[in-house]
Amino acid sequence: MSVRSFWQKFLPGFFFEPKGQEGQDRLNYAGIWYYAVVGMLAVSLIPLLILAGINYSQYKRAAKAEILHPMYLLVSNNNQAIAFFLRERQSALNYVISGQSFTELTDPTRLNVTLDNLKKSFGGFIDLGLINADGLQINYSGPYELKGLNYHGQTWFKEVAQKGTHVSEVFKGFRGFPHVVIAVKHADPDGTFYILRATLDTEGFNAVIRAMDLSPNSDNFLINAAGVLQTASRRYGEALKKIPLTLPSASSKNEVIEITDEHGEPLIAALARVEGSPFIFVALKTARELPENLSTIFVELILFVLASILVIFGVTWRVSTKLVGHIHDVDRSRTYLLHEIEYTQRMASIGRLSAGVAHEINNPLAIINEKTGLLKDLIAFAPDFAYKERFLKHIDSILFSVKRCSTITHRLLGFARHLDVQCEMINPKILLEEVVSFLDKEAMYRNIDISLTSSPHFEEIESDRGQLQQVFLNIINNALAAVPDGGRVTIKLESRPAGGVVVTISDNGQGIPPENIERVFEPFFSTKGNKGTGLGLSIAHGIISKLGGEIFVESEVGIGTSFFVTLPPKACNRGRDEK
Amino acid sequence: MKILLIDDEEEFVSTLAERLIIRGLEADWVNSGLDALAKAEETDYDLMVVDIKMPGMSGPEFIRRISEKKPAVKFIVLSGHGDVKSLSDNDPVAICHRLVKPIDIDVLLDIIQQMRCQ
Repeated sequence: MSVRSFWQKFLPGFFFEPKGQEGQDRLNYAGIWYYAVVGMLAVSLIPLLILAGINYSQYKRAAKAEILHPMYLLVSNNNQAIAFFLRERQSALNYVISGQSFTELTDPTRLNVTLDNLKKSFGGFIDLGLINADGLQINYSGPYELKGLNYHGQTWFKEVAQKGTHVSEVFKGFRGFPHVVIAVKHADPDGTFYILRATLDTEGFNAVIRAMDLSPNSDNFLINAAGVLQTASRRYGEALKKIPLTLPSASSKNEVIEITDEHGEPLIAALARVEGSPFIFVALKTARELPENLSTIFVELILFVLASILVIFGVTWRVSTKLVGHIHDVDRSRTYLLHEIEYTQRMASIGRLSAGVAHEINNPLAIINEKTGLLKDLIAFAPDFAYKERFLKHIDSILFSVKRCSTITHRLLGFARHLDVQCEMINPKILLEEVVSFLDKEAMYRNIDISLTSSPHFEEIESDRGQLQQVFLNIINNALAAVPDGGRVTIKLESRPAGGVVVTISDNGQGIPPENIERVFEPFFSTKGNKGTGLGLSIAHGIISKLGGEIFVESEVGIGTSFFVTLPPKACNRGRDEK
Repeated sequence: MKILLIDDEEEFVSTLAERLIIRGLEADWVNSGLDALAKAEETDYDLMVVDIKMPGMSGPEFIRRISEKKPAVKFIVLSGHGDVKSLSDNDPVAICHRLVKPIDIDVLLDIIQQMRCQ
């Protein structure tokens, strides 16, 4: 039954009691227990799980935002910076083209000086060229041989002519380095215009982008609308390579999106269109970072939730078990108490009834006694006549019967009365010897051996002498009645280690059958037939209880019976409700 | 010695008186406390045997009233139900003995003759 005993450790006792017992439970304790446990668990666990879930998803969102937010900033800042960089150089060119007249601009020496100044002030300028409205490069300063070229048909020229400014895409320029072209237009009031065109290296861009790059995991670069790198990318190499990613066409807003790269790995990409240029700024971050953090958090959260669940479970179980167990126990003892009260009341009413009956009987009994006594007197003093002796004998018989009735009624009345305890110090050995001496004659007459043994040391006890005598007389009398002639009654007196004494009265009589053993102390229970009142032992029980002791019996049919009476060292000054 | 028996059970008290007379004692009997008071006016009794529980005047009350008038009288108290404690408040000096019904006449005689009081 190891499963059962396993559960017995955890489940409260009432789960295992067989149903349909006499002390039937008024409440369904198992049901209450289930409700308590399930209710408490639900109320604790459901919010916990919900909160854990909310917590986790919120954290996820926050963690993502934490990654994404800086990227927004990065993108925004970079975008601004690059745009500003471009505008600065455009402004420089505008300044030049506005500050010098067309004639001055056509002067080659002058142009060289201007280029030098631009190089010194801004850095990055490679060449400078003047182009007229027909697209013809009239003046040029720089390392290429571009004087005399005509750009009339080219897209950029048309763009500048229309919009007034142009920024080119990056291309492989002088010595294979990437370059970019900025062109500005100057329009005369009469409608003619001319264009100043400059080539710059991309070092400036790179510097700007590098300066913004705070995160080592981030890959920041510029691309054009076709996805060709304009600046170097950590992941994808030098400028002018095409990146293998498919990025959505950037809108005018800055945006941060989640994409997968060429290997299928998740990336976070921030995009921004650089105003006034063909460039798109891209910042890439591996999204791997996110799940790593998140999975740690997730694991921690799961562990915490599990631990909480265990604790909640344990506490709920224990508390519910204890509480409902208590209710059950209390209910049980209440039931027993009610039964006891019922019994006591029944006994009390029997007592009152008997007392009433006894009292009513006593008076006519007294009359019979006197009348019969008078008859005896009259006959005794009369002269002899034929039946005198027989008369006297029969009268004696009547008187004896009256005496028997009297014993019964007095016992009944004694049972009904509340006897107050009269206390004195008593030597239990002497008391037992006195009681035995009452019965010596009868025992001798029937060859019954009564022996009294006692342990060498015992204390005197405080108790009621008369009532103790009554009790022991009764028990020893019963023993004598139970044994056949030649039988044996042994009385043992021992002191108890905790104080007080225990008296054992054993006989080798017929014994008490098991079905009667429990009823032995019941009032009016007697196996003596006509001879017994059935009150002796129940009164004895009441007396011993009142004196603070215990009385119980063991018996085996055909072997014998033993009565055990324990007496405390002090029987007095006890409260009414003490047992 | 003059004895007065007081008990509301006539059969009982008359028979007891007769038995005492057979044995050579002077015994009168009455059925109530009032009758006893009246009788006590006429005759001086040495001993009164009183039942505790009587209709009308109870035993204890009777004893109190007689003791006022005739302080020398001794009492033996009879009880039908052993409840002799109800007298413990009363004047203990006058009560010689307590007996429970039905009584043993020899015991009663012993008490009367020796005035063997408790």
